[in-house]
Amino acid sequence: MMRDITLGQYYPSNGVLHRLDPRIKVLLLIGVIVLIFCTFNFYALGVVALLVAASVILSKVPVKLYLKSMKAIILVILITSLLNLFYGTGEPIFQWWIFKVTADGIKNSIYVAVRIISLVMVSSSLTFTTSPTDLTDALERLMKPLSVLKIKTHEIAMMMTIALRFVPTLLEETDKIMSAQKARGADMESGNLIRRIKALIPVLVPLFVSAFRRAYELAMAMECRCYQGGEGRTRMKQLHMSARDFVALGVLLVAVAGVVLCNIFL
Amino acid sequence: MDFIRTEHLSFYYEQEDEQQNTPIDVLRDVSLSVKKGEFLAVIGHNGSGKSTLSKHFNAILLPTGGKVFVEELDTSDEDRIYDVRRKVGLVLQNPDNQLVASIVEEDVAFGPENLGVAPEEIRRRVDEALKAVDMYEYRLHAPHKLSGGQKQRIAIAGILAMEPDCIVLDEPTAMLDPKGREEVISAVTKLNRERGITVVLITHNMDETTRCDRVVVMDKGRILTEGTPREVFSQVQLLRSHRLDVPQATELCSMLSACGVDFLQLPLDTEECVKVLSEVLL
Repeated sequence: MMRDITLGQYYPSNGVLHRLDPRIKVLLLIGVIVLIFCTFNFYALGVVALLVAASVILSKVPVKLYLKSMKAIILVILITSLLNLFYGTGEPIFQWWIFKVTADGIKNSIYVAVRIISLVMVSSSLTFTTSPTDLTDALERLMKPLSVLKIKTHEIAMMMTIALRFVPTLLEETDKIMSAQKARGADMESGNLIRRIKALIPVLVPLFVSAFRRAYELAMAMECRCYQGGEGRTRMKQLHMSARDFVALGVLLVAVAGVVLCNIFL
Repeated sequence: MDFIRTEHLSFYYEQEDEQQNTPIDVLRDVSLSVKKGEFLAVIGHNGSGKSTLSKHFNAILLPTGGKVFVEELDTSDEDRIYDVRRKVGLVLQNPDNQLVASIVEEDVAFGPENLGVAPEEIRRRVDEALKAVDMYEYRLHAPHKLSGGQKQRIAIAGILAMEPDCIVLDEPTAMLDPKGREEVISAVTKLNRERGITVVLITHNMDETTRCDRVVVMDKGRILTEGTPREVFSQVQLLRSHRLDVPQATELCSMLSACGVDFLQLPLDTEECVKVLSEVLL
């Protein structure tokens, strides 16, 4: 059952967003996130919401999946917008005990709700359309300028790659150890929380021991394949910017201009 | 021509006891040569030092006594260590622990990427290596969804993409089922026959060694005997006295000959066994 697990939430399809250069997608995401927090009136917010809606449609991923990713965060949205509702200043429209709702409060809570929803939607559209390996690849290349600051960008990316590679392996192993312990009479499904956590110890200890053994062997295998760190390394997959990447950047720039204009003139 | 040569190789490690450090001898005075293009099997049971020996061939371990040469390169020369590893690739026992990337073709590309090969050349090598082990159609799969035999063939392709002259396999089939074992052994045999790659196969399964050119038997860190499979496995008594098996077919016929059936020569595999048995019976 754990074998079928897919990492991240990548949804294979051949939408336009899937075919964008992952580096561009990461940059676009950062751009849109900044933009979301730079909206100071409803018109600007409208522009951003339109952009987010466009990315959701262009991703060719079922909207159902987006809604599913919203489900986890719905409580946060509700609480923050409720709090904002009561924290407005100015003339109360409605007042009961210490709670007062003002026009300002309503405005704020709509802002917050739309901003959070846009954030989740647009980040999901990145993870839905980009495979984890493409993502680590893009991050490695984007982080490259940071190596001037003595940050080991290659090592960080290598760690991410290996972590991604070993998640399914270790999950499978956890499954196996749990079955083995159950076969010896371990009880993991009953009792209160503390008892259940305690019951996990006989699973975690062998898992850690084996993870270290794997790490040792992997290091040896990497040495066998002449791994010497990032220096002098080449990559098989070269990332190429194509026309559609520039179009995507152009769309973002138009949106930025739109938001700025809305903020100033409307 | 000797490709790998060990001269009086010995290796020990210190076992840290509570009171004293006692050195444990793993290899004692092993002098061995691997010829270019040959298919050599090293057999022995657990603790015979065969695995330790294999790790000396590409400078993962360095000798504590004696020397190891790979085409006249001394493996203890630290400046040439990557030249040695480029010539001699090592495939380990557990396929799960030697794959680095989560896509098959990217894993195979890992070696050549480390060597700084140009991108188009890496592409060519990866495709070629995957075709050589019959895994080309799986190039975009995730390794954890493949069978053990398939994973091990990916590991072999990963070494192959570095274009080594010699591949050393340290018990590559120990964790595989019979089907996976057969896949790996025939892939390796093919590489040896068709591409002339020198192969050193470390194993404790005697049936895998019958296709080799030469067999070296290790016991307690020493070379017990060596020769062609036929020469080695005809010494059933010697092997038995060191708790080593012979291939099943050889075993059967040696038991029969102990009961008074005469054979001209002991068979190595099932096919030969059928032949000699039918000669005796008809």
